Amino acid sequence: MIRLEDITKTYYMGQRELTVLRNLSFRVQRGEMTAIMGPSGSGKSTILNLLGCLDQPTSGRYYLEGRDVSRLNRRELALIRAEKIGFVFQSFNLLPRMSALDNVKLGLRYAGIHDGGLARDALARVGLADRASHKPTELSGGEQQRVAIARALAKKPPVILADEPTGNLDSHSSEEIMAILTELHREQGNTLVMITHEADMARHCKHIIHLKDGEVVGEEQG
Amino acid sequence: MTRFLDPLLSALSSVVAHKLRSSLTVLGIVIGVAAVIALLSIGRGAQNEIISNIQSMGANLVQIMPGSFSGPGGVRGGSSQTLTLEDAEAIAEQVSHVATVAPQIQTAGQVIAGEENTSASIVGTTPGYRTAYNLEVASGAFFSDYDYDRAAKVAVLGASVAEELYGDANPVGETMKLSGTIFRVIGVLEEKGASMMSPDDTIYVPLPAVQQTAAQQRTPQGGHIVSNIGLSVEGEGYAEQVVADVTALLRERHRLLPTAEDDFRILSMEEITAQVSEALGIMTMFLGAIAAISLLVGGIGVMNIMLVSVLERTREIGIRKALGAQERDIWTQFLIEAAMLTFAGGVLGMALGWGIAAGAAYFVPELTPVVAPDIVILAVSVAVGIGLFFGFYPAWQASRLNPIDALRSE
Repeated sequence: MIRLEDITKTYYMGQRELTVLRNLSFRVQRGEMTAIMGPSGSGKSTILNLLGCLDQPTSGRYYLEGRDVSRLNRRELALIRAEKIGFVFQSFNLLPRMSALDNVKLGLRYAGIHDGGLARDALARVGLADRASHKPTELSGGEQQRVAIARALAKKPPVILADEPTGNLDSHSSEEIMAILTELHREQGNTLVMITHEADMARHCKHIIHLKDGEVVGEEQG
Repeated sequence: MTRFLDPLLSALSSVVAHKLRSSLTVLGIVIGVAAVIALLSIGRGAQNEIISNIQSMGANLVQIMPGSFSGPGGVRGGSSQTLTLEDAEAIAEQVSHVATVAPQIQTAGQVIAGEENTSASIVGTTPGYRTAYNLEVASGAFFSDYDYDRAAKVAVLGASVAEELYGDANPVGETMKLSGTIFRVIGVLEEKGASMMSPDDTIYVPLPAVQQTAAQQRTPQGGHIVSNIGLSVEGEGYAEQVVADVTALLRERHRLLPTAEDDFRILSMEEITAQVSEALGIMTMFLGAIAAISLLVGGIGVMNIMLVSVLERTREIGIRKALGAQERDIWTQFLIEAAMLTFAGGVLGMALGWGIAAGAAYFVPELTPVVAPDIVILAVSVAVGIGLFFGFYPAWQASRLNPIDALRSE
C-alpha cells in the first residue's frame, strides 16, 4: 500500500543544509494500523507530510497504491490528497466559522462529493449527530477531534494519516479517540498511519516503526 | 450547483464575519461608483439641456451674417453691410437642400399701442422665417406670402412684447404704431424662453413693409441691404454642403478675390450643436475620469483588505489544501470574495449616485440628469472588474501558499 524507498529529505535554509530524513525505507501493508514513534526532531512530522503528499522528498521514491507519487506536480498532489488521504491533526484544524457538519462537508467537497447525507452519517459514526450545527468553539477538545475524524473518514479514503491525534487531549478523551479510530479503521479497512510519542497509544497498532534522527532504528510487527 | 454555491456561501460568510472591515471596504467602492454615476449623469443632463436649448432656435437653421470688412492694410472695419435681398434670392434659387430662405432687416423702433409706449426690436422678414427659426404661433397667425407680396402693415408680436403692451388681453386685431406707421397685430408667438436674440422681445413684420416705412439702404451696386439671412436646411446632414455652397455663391456674387477673406459669416446650427456637444462630452468624460480616480482608490482598498484576509486565513488555506483543495479552488474563493465586496459596492454606489443625481435635479430644476443604462452598467462592471483586478494578486498569493507552512501558522 505504502512503500518508501531510500527517502532523503533535506531542507535548505540559506547556506545551511538540514537533512531531516536519511535513506529511509519502509512499507505499510494495506489495511494495516501503523504507528511511527520517535522523540521530537526524529523526523516524524516530515514523514507524515511526505506520506500526505503535502511535501515531496529530495530524493528516493514514494509508492502509494503502487503509483510513484514522489515526482508529481502540485495539481496532481492536491488530487491525491483529496481522493486518497484523510488527515487527523494534533490541533484538530477545524475551520472555526463553520459548523461541525460544514467542516465534514468541506472534506467531501474537495473530493468532489456533494452529499450532505454522507457527512451526517460520518458525524453519527463518531457519536456527534446531535452536535452537527455546533461551531468548533462550542465543542470540547475530544468532540472537536471526533469532528476531524469524521471529516477525514467521510470520503472513505484508502489512507488515514493521524499526527499525534491525542496530543492535545486528556487521557480519558485520548482513549475515546483511539477507540473510535481503531473501530472505524476496522470497519472501513483503510490503512492508518499514526504518529505518536506515547507508547500507550502505539500499543493499539500492530506495526510500529521506531525513528531516530531521520532513520528507522527498529520495527515491531505484532 | 453546489460547486458554485459553496465558494459563494463561504465568501459570504467571510464577508459577514468582518462586518466593519467589509463595510469600510465597500464604502470606498460605493463612493467611487456613486461619484462616477452622479457626475456622468449630471454632465449628460446638462449636455442635453444645453443642446436642446440651442436646437430650440431651429435645428436646421443656418444663419448668414455680414462679416467684418477688411480694408486695405488689414484694417478691420466694423460690421459691414454686405448681404442683400438679392443674395437671399440667389441662394433660394441656386443652392440645393435649402427649404426656406429668410432675409431679415433688423431695426429698433418706437412702439405705441394705446397708452403704452416702448421701444422694441423690429424684424422685417419673409413668411419662411417662422419655420426656419422654429417659432410657434400662440394666437392669430404669422403673416403670409399674400401679406408679404402686398407689403401689408401687419405685425406678429413676441410673447414678452405682447404682454408688455397689452397685458393679458389678446392683442390680435388691435392696431399699433411702429416708428410712426400704423400696423395691425395679426398674431402672437408662443414664449420661447431665454436665449440669444430672444424672439420674445421682437416684433415681426413683412420685409417689404419695413422697406416702405424706413429708407432702404443700398449697396454701391444697387442691392437691397439686409441685416442677415437665415435659411433652413432640408433634412439632416446637408448643413455642411449647404454652408459650402452658400459660401461659394456669396463669394462669387460679392466678387471676392480668391485671396480675400469672406465678407460674411455663416453659422450652422448643426455645426454649433456638434461642437458644443463635443465640448460638453469631453467635459463630462473629464469629470467622470476624476471620479474614476476615487474608484481606483476604492479598488486599492479592496486589494489591501484581501491581502489582510489572506494573511489572517493562512491556516484555513493550509487546512483546505490538506483536504485536497486545488489552487483553483483557493483563488476562486478569494476572487469571489473580492468581487462580492465590489459588486455590493457597485450596487449601493449606483443607488447613491442615482440619489445624488436626483437631488441635483431637485435643487436645479432646469437640469434633468440622465442616469442612462450604459452609465450604470459601465460603473458596476468597472467596480466588479476592479474587484477582480485588485483581488487577483492576493488570491493568487493565497493559492500558492505552501500547505505545510500554512498549517503551521497561527
